[in-house]
Amino acid sequence: MSAPHLEVQDVSVSYGRTQAVNGVTLAVPKGALVTLLGANGAGKSTLLNAIMGVLPAKGGIRFDGRAIEQLPLETRVVGGLSLVPERRELFPDLTVEDNLRLGGFRRSRIERAKELDGVYSQFPRLKERYRQLAGTLSGGERQMLAMGRAIMAQPKLLMLDEPSLGLAPRIVAEVFEHLVVLRESGVSVLLVEQNARAALQIADYAYVLELGSITKQGPAAEIANDERLIESYLGLGGTEY
Amino acid sequence: MPARATWIAAILALVIVALPFTGLMPPYWVTLFNYIGISSLVAIGLVLLTGVGGMTSFGQAAFVGLGAYTTGALTVHFGMSPWLALPLALAVTGLGALLIGALTVRLSGHYLPIGTIAWGIALFYLFGNLSWLGAHDGLSGIPTLRIGDHALTEGRQYFIVVWLAVVSAVVAVQNLLGGRTGRAVRALRRSTAAAEAFGVNVAGTKLKVFVFAALLAGLAGWLYAHFQRSVAPGPFGVNAGIEYLLMAVVGGAGRVYGAILGATAITFLRDQLQNILPVLVGAPGNYEIVVFGAVLVFALQAAPAGLWPILFGPPRPGRLARRRPSAALGRRSVALRGAPLLDVRSACKRYGGLVAVDDVGFDVKAGEIVGLIGPNGAGKSTTFNLICGAQKLNSGEIVFRDASIAGATPQRIAARGLGRTFQHADIVADMSVLENVALGAHLRGEAGLLRAVLRLDRAEEGRLLDEAMRQLERVGLAPEAHKPAGSLALGQMRLVEVARALCLDPVLVLMDEPAAGLRFGEKKALAGLLRELRSDGVSVLLIEHDMDFVMSVADRLVVLDFGRKIAEGAPAAVRSDPRVRDAYLGGIAS
Amino acid sequence: MDKTIFLFLVQDGVINGSIYALAAIALVLVFTVTRVILVPQGEFISFGAMTVAALEAGRMPPTAWLLVALGALSAAAALVQQRRTLSVRGVTLIVLFNLVLPALLAALTYALAPMKLGTAMNILLAVALIVPMGPMLYRVAFAPLANASVLVLLIAAFGVHFSLMGLGLVFFGPEGVSTQPLLTQSFTAGGIPITGQSVAVVAATALLLIVFALFFGRTLIGKALRACASNRLGARLVGIPTAIAGQISFGLAACLGAVSGVLAGPIVAIYYDSGFLIGLKAFVAAILGGLVSFPLTVLASLGVGIAESFFSFWTSNFKEVMVFSLILPVLLWRSLRQPAQAEEE
Repeated sequence: MSAPHLEVQDVSVSYGRTQAVNGVTLAVPKGALVTLLGANGAGKSTLLNAIMGVLPAKGGIRFDGRAIEQLPLETRVVGGLSLVPERRELFPDLTVEDNLRLGGFRRSRIERAKELDGVYSQFPRLKERYRQLAGTLSGGERQMLAMGRAIMAQPKLLMLDEPSLGLAPRIVAEVFEHLVVLRESGVSVLLVEQNARAALQIADYAYVLELGSITKQGPAAEIANDERLIESYLGLGGTEY
Repeated sequence: MPARATWIAAILALVIVALPFTGLMPPYWVTLFNYIGISSLVAIGLVLLTGVGGMTSFGQAAFVGLGAYTTGALTVHFGMSPWLALPLALAVTGLGALLIGALTVRLSGHYLPIGTIAWGIALFYLFGNLSWLGAHDGLSGIPTLRIGDHALTEGRQYFIVVWLAVVSAVVAVQNLLGGRTGRAVRALRRSTAAAEAFGVNVAGTKLKVFVFAALLAGLAGWLYAHFQRSVAPGPFGVNAGIEYLLMAVVGGAGRVYGAILGATAITFLRDQLQNILPVLVGAPGNYEIVVFGAVLVFALQAAPAGLWPILFGPPRPGRLARRRPSAALGRRSVALRGAPLLDVRSACKRYGGLVAVDDVGFDVKAGEIVGLIGPNGAGKSTTFNLICGAQKLNSGEIVFRDASIAGATPQRIAARGLGRTFQHADIVADMSVLENVALGAHLRGEAGLLRAVLRLDRAEEGRLLDEAMRQLERVGLAPEAHKPAGSLALGQMRLVEVARALCLDPVLVLMDEPAAGLRFGEKKALAGLLRELRSDGVSVLLIEHDMDFVMSVADRLVVLDFGRKIAEGAPAAVRSDPRVRDAYLGGIAS
Repeated sequence: MDKTIFLFLVQDGVINGSIYALAAIALVLVFTVTRVILVPQGEFISFGAMTVAALEAGRMPPTAWLLVALGALSAAAALVQQRRTLSVRGVTLIVLFNLVLPALLAALTYALAPMKLGTAMNILLAVALIVPMGPMLYRVAFAPLANASVLVLLIAAFGVHFSLMGLGLVFFGPEGVSTQPLLTQSFTAGGIPITGQSVAVVAATALLLIVFALFFGRTLIGKALRACASNRLGARLVGIPTAIAGQISFGLAACLGAVSGVLAGPIVAIYYDSGFLIGLKAFVAAILGGLVSFPLTVLASLGVGIAESFFSFWTSNFKEVMVFSLILPVLLWRSLRQPAQAEEE
């Protein structure tokens, strides 16, 4: 078994006055799709932001065998780590094509052209709207654009923060299909989601985050059949206040 | 029993009166400190305006100019006595501030400081171009102050006048901050939404503070004119405006005494640089402004929060003097349990193409706890904002206590008895817990700025603070009453917000994720508090993501998804509703 | 007012407006990328004119020494700021840009100054001396404040302005300068005389604006700069080095400032503090354009120039009062519009 692509060791992140993430350890094997589940406020976004370098964190983060916790965000991007953030963070006054090209900013011109072709064939709707301003796209199209832009950086590991947020179920299905295609092409994926059912259907392995700590982990199929997970989502956890 | 601050002020006043005559201060220093005193007045006003009120003004020097030129023109052209000219100078400055302020306080974000630069420059050029103000040369031959037959020509005598004015200003501002208006000013800096939700007239309060600061500057102008005995446009331009702002910021914007420290530091720095630099460089010239600019930049890089916190530590809220317990405030009558309280009918809210709230309807009756739940992005917060008046309905109706509140301002809705808490505890960190809670009772008091400054509001303050204490006891935080609110744990801050909402004497409280980030014990306490409120006749409508929590406390649940109501009923029924399960756990992916 | 006077005023306004436009574009660019309101832009303008004046007189312009000193400061600041991630390549770049380049430029200027090589060369040299000051100033004064509020950045900008203006007085003295025009011919059109320099000003402005439009509209780097302004986090997430974006925008601003000063020099006497006043009026134009849109800013600049021209004709004394009072209703209008927009989001 080769070394995991991404290794997070005992990472803690403080957000303002609260400890949002408490000593989390997880790993993403090469070529796998791992999902991180949890209710709102569990600390999932904070963890992703810390791995990417947007937020400072305590603990160890190894990517491709190298320790990256001291490296600045831009260096991690060049190294092959990419994040599709919760709010997409697109450039609303630039066109779809410009947004995509900027995704490949750190790559060479040839690599950019090649990737752009690939993204257009994977997301035909983006190709249709290549000259449209990103700020005028619909929610689903924005999600596609955000994913396309992240792919343009030729990532080795792609992290996504709640890609299904605010999207209709049909579009969610489309987005998740793209993730499967991505995984097939050799990119490792770390997927943070609230929509547990959809995520567990495509994932290999799952972690459950509650109030900043991992409470469950295991192969996706096991977690999907776990009644306790469903209970904790719907307040049948038995905790009485 | 006057407050400790007043004793300190009285002692300082005595020291000030005596000091110049003790022979300890050479005349050069007396002059320097006269200028420092005059600048301090402007800086004190700026601390109130910027540090406390959050409105950055680069144009205070223009108000100094208004005061100075008014008294200059009146005494030179009309031979008026300087003492008579004082109220007129203040009146002119106040009127100018009222007109300019009415426009300025409505500017948002960084437009406000830019606006102050604009009128600051405009006034500067006005001073420099009016011939009856002497145009670029200004007015000279302004008489000194006289007391009876005695002219105050000596710097030492002027020193007394200047510094007595400074001490009075400090006392006035401290009094202001210790009262109802002062709380409102601090609150609106932290968050306009919170201030509005408790009935504060935001624009009106800002305008009052703006005019107050301008009057202090006008007073400084009057003192300046009669000390300098001439006025020219130079000291009233944007350069001077920046310097005053610096004094407030360097001293630690937000501390009244910091203004004096800042004025002293900046004036000394300028003075010493003017003396030292030509010697260092070996040639005469105006080098001090070069070094001044450089020092400014590096000081900002090193200490963005000013000098005062470095020298004296973080601010502590003022100690409140002991008082006799006072009569309680009037209370609203409690409605019968089960009577209709809030009725939301077919509410719709659109943002461009997105429908955030789509034909949502539900009600809340007296004496019940209703939970508003749903996945992220379902429209819960928007619904809250529509009920509180923070956002306007596109269509539909909201009835609260038998009156329509659609389109009403948050202040009016608060006055009708609707209180709320916020998702990110909107507390003023450097006010005491008690004062934060007392903001909730803003609408149950009347004392304004003037009464506060003259300390005529003490009786009402006593009643408001007692009420705040009562609510703090109710939520179990009485021991923390005098601590700075920023030092509390998150769970305690949530309770402070609840206490603040209770100070409004509400019949309905809207709570936005009150349990978020709380530990188990804190959640239990919160649940108990909510049940107590219910039995006291206060209804609660809460947004919550902690399902265990909301299922335990709520009588009824309303479930939203994609802006629409998908279920409603008792917790047990909602929990087993398949539509609710789908909404939370997610639709099938393929 | 007859047609001749009208045309005269319009011409005057367009010329001044063009100069304001160059400065205003610089202000908007710097603000959108770094949130700094570049008060010292006025000093770039003054220095531009005064450097050319010194060269015309065959003297070594003090600007070169200022550049060397600023370079040394910037090198020190860079080494301190990057001390944790320094590499040989990094240090070399810092030394090359901040120490070697200024030294070379100073030496070149020293050699060329007495030769009085003509207006075109003087202009090139002046611009070359001033452009590197932009990134250096950013690194020394503003990079450490990258996360500070707009207000703190504004106060720091005033600090830089005070220092530079003071240095201007020390180096260049209190007298004003007038420089040689680029084109000395003049002709008549529509009944009014039009000087070659006026044509040069408008043409140069138009040319620069076109170049900028192409740069920001067509090149990836230009778009990357726009991306930094549009969404800083998004830009970082795709690996755009936002710190360098700040330096580039300051460099462009210095270039625009120097060019404005060089163009204005033959038209009006420039003193060590004239640039500040030009900068202030450009600031009015930038505000009218919303601090966001380039085309609007250019239009607003022309508007300010023409308005000033007419105000000056009607009441020569109070034209500044009017120009600066112009901003207030616009600010109010924008403020009232904005809360509504914020709500819609």
